[in-house]
Amino acid sequence: MSQEREGVREMPTTETTRAAQDGGSRSGFGEQTHDRPLASRRMEVPDDKARIDDLNEHPVVIDVRDLNVFYGDFHAVKGVALQIRQNEITALIGPSGCGKSTVLRCFNRMNDLIDIARVEGEVLYHGVNLYDTAVDPIEVRRHVGMVFQKPNPFPKSIYDNISFGPRIAGYKGNMDDLVEQSLLRAALWDEVKDKLKESAYALSGGQQQRLCIARAIATNPDVVLMDEPCSALDPIATLRIEELMQELKADYTIIIVTHNMQQAARVSDRTAFFNVQVNEKGQRTGHLVEFGETGRIFTNPIEKATEDYITGRFG
Amino acid sequence: MAITTPRAYAPDAVRRVLQRKKRDVRGRTFHVGLVATLLTSVAILVILMVDVVLDSLTVWETRSLGSFLTSQLSADPAVAGIAQALYGSIVLMIFTIAIAFPLGISAAIYLEEYARDTRFTRIINANIRNLAGVPSIVYGILGLALFVKALESITGPQVHGRSVISGGFTLGLLVLPIVIITTAEALRAVPGGIREAAYGVGATQWQMIRQHVFPVAAPGILTGTILSIGRAFGEAAPLLMVGGITTFFQAGDASIVEQLQGRFSALPVLVFSWVRFPQDEFRALTAALIIVMLVVLLLINATGIYLRNRYEKDL
Repeated sequence: MSQEREGVREMPTTETTRAAQDGGSRSGFGEQTHDRPLASRRMEVPDDKARIDDLNEHPVVIDVRDLNVFYGDFHAVKGVALQIRQNEITALIGPSGCGKSTVLRCFNRMNDLIDIARVEGEVLYHGVNLYDTAVDPIEVRRHVGMVFQKPNPFPKSIYDNISFGPRIAGYKGNMDDLVEQSLLRAALWDEVKDKLKESAYALSGGQQQRLCIARAIATNPDVVLMDEPCSALDPIATLRIEELMQELKADYTIIIVTHNMQQAARVSDRTAFFNVQVNEKGQRTGHLVEFGETGRIFTNPIEKATEDYITGRFG
Repeated sequence: MAITTPRAYAPDAVRRVLQRKKRDVRGRTFHVGLVATLLTSVAILVILMVDVVLDSLTVWETRSLGSFLTSQLSADPAVAGIAQALYGSIVLMIFTIAIAFPLGISAAIYLEEYARDTRFTRIINANIRNLAGVPSIVYGILGLALFVKALESITGPQVHGRSVISGGFTLGLLVLPIVIITTAEALRAVPGGIREAAYGVGATQWQMIRQHVFPVAAPGILTGTILSIGRAFGEAAPLLMVGGITTFFQAGDASIVEQLQGRFSALPVLVFSWVRFPQDEFRALTAALIIVMLVVLLLINATGIYLRNRYEKDL
């Protein structure tokens, strides 16, 4: 089902991954820093061999360099730099208005849809800047799928919801198989296999969101963006989505925005903490405070702001 | 003594409090007032209808509905029918639909989906809203100046421009703003999530509009546009300006183009004409004509509702 997309995964490796070919010891990045006192941790630089090994297993898919987003004159997000690794779940957390959703929408050029939005800096996808003028945002969205905060199935049948993306992308294979595969991978097949022709609106909220995930992976994207995918769901539906994300991680790179810190801690491999600064005009500009391996962010944050946020003394 | 005295919850006391009748005088008055206004408007309508039906009785005693509908225009009340006016109204409606629907729906799609929100588009939007409120006689004057006088050679050289084409174009312009506004509102009512979802799986703007937004908006567009046809159907003033006639004329064996460039009559114009005739018989004929118009209007609106329901079921 994935013939025409396969090429993307084997795109020319970036300089970082090419440098990583030498390999090295298998110690995890950041793992050994956990129970050191704060002062020494801050000085520490993970040794090069560990870093190289990690990059070998999880090469950088998206490299964000000095990303700035403006809405008209308003500076919404300032100077973000982070790296998204392949087959990992990266969580973007932070208080409301910190720009985490805005940053997420830079990864598939969804911000293009807002007339006054302007993006500066680079979002390198396998080394290619997504904001290069020659890049077609439509093509970007076929490689970087998205799941939205509120389940938003099309007001059509379950089958049509899944088949729309592949069809417009010119998929020539067996559509029935593709629909089945996508629903299977989204852990929804058993619940809907007998009612594929029925309206997607008849499904429950949690089922609708899994349908949206199935729809997103039906085009066989490389990266799946999730913008608070569980915020409209009950705890059981949330748990199912979280389990699903763990399964999907083997095939996709996932970036999730979440308000729920426990969720970030549970599901993600790396976490980026964003915060917001209010200027004298009352405008709220978001910025990246800290980015790193999730275990470390939640147990030994370097920045005071991160620690305050995750321990609940903030926001 | 305790700081807080325990409250007494004797069943009798509780019942007294809970069953205490409140005299909501203002609320009752408002309620009665609302019912009264409703009954007044319904009563006026019923009186009008009854009056018209009673007036028309003498016609139905002597003639069949068929003969009334198919007889030619005439100054002799005994044989006068509405054939040309009915035919003229139908042709005018087809013309109006052919002009106002494609133009209006396209303009609305452009304004809602493609146009950026600039000062220019805001001015255009405000103007369209104002145009919808312009008295129909003003459109009549526009039609007279533009289609009857300026474009006489196209609209009807033999009849000094006072043709079906002029009337149809005038009515088309009259309902154009209404069609644009209702279509724009139907498009605006489409949930934003559907657009994002379509873009999210890599749809182009055309695919998004054609396959998702337009089908969802279609019932609303249909209802609005069909109601606007009802409005055009009942308009007399602009047609009087561009030369709807009520004397006998023969369109018989002329070609389509010749017919369209020829003279025309219409039901509302005929009402205006007949009601001024001195003979009592024409009073009855006018009443019969009004009943025919009401039935046609009802049919138009019923079609609108039927089509909307059918489309909505498909979603």
